Amino acid sequence: MTIEDIVSILDARVLCGEDKLSLVVMSACCSDLMSDVLAFVNEKTVLLTGLTNMHVLRTAEILDLKCLIFTRGKVPSDEIIERARQMNLVVLTANKTMFTCAGLLYDGGLRGAAMTWNEETEEEK
Amino acid sequence: MIAESFSVEKGDYLRAGEASTKMKNMLKKLGIGGSVLRRISVAAYEVEMNLVIHSLGGTLSIDLDGDYIWLVSEDIGPGIPDIESAMREGYSTADEIAQGMGFGAGMGIPNMKRNADVFEIESEPNKGTKIKMGFLMGGGKSE
Repeated sequence: MTIEDIVSILDARVLCGEDKLSLVVMSACCSDLMSDVLAFVNEKTVLLTGLTNMHVLRTAEILDLKCLIFTRGKVPSDEIIERARQMNLVVLTANKTMFTCAGLLYDGGLRGAAMTWNEETEEEK
Repeated sequence: MIAESFSVEKGDYLRAGEASTKMKNMLKKLGIGGSVLRRISVAAYEVEMNLVIHSLGGTLSIDLDGDYIWLVSEDIGPGIPDIESAMREGYSTADEIAQGMGFGAGMGIPNMKRNADVFEIESEPNKGTKIKMGFLMGGGKSE
């Protein structure tokens, strides 16, 4: 699935990274716990979160994530969006709950990131 | 051989993660990439967050030595009273501020251990904690 597909499925607004919507994502993870994200996620994973602080960006930087989606219509501060732009991240905001976003993306064919260390994602199997 | 050390302040959530991202960029420039870079970066970020959340302040240092990259965290207290519990997923003594930042879910030390090829922890109450992690270059876990 491309990020452009995600924008269309979630009717999301692009906050930065408009030129990178053709990137392909392999899996998704929903979490507000950055340690869980650090444990399970790889760089082809899109992160859905309700947390809008700097640590979401740091986590993205540590893991080389390409796309963040803020749910429930949350929009981070201009400072965070600017930093995300410098990091070449695509940042979206979707005006739906995290549960609904996850359901719609799953329905569209996207699968969850692997639960255990170094396991293949459901989609890669 | 290279060595670099970063000081990490207690409660400095704004800068927390800076040392780890600097380390990551430094290693990247040295041509280290792939899963070993990822494992070091995750472990460094977790241990740096632990220094900010739990310690009275400390240092994070990195050293390349032969086949290993060594990541060492040393703090000036207060020490971990129950290391066995701290090693368990889900166990946390972090406060609400840390939890509001997305940490304190009890995954920190387990995440470090999972990522490192060598993991050593020693802690003494009222003295401090030292965590030493070794990452095998061009090999090790998950490769």
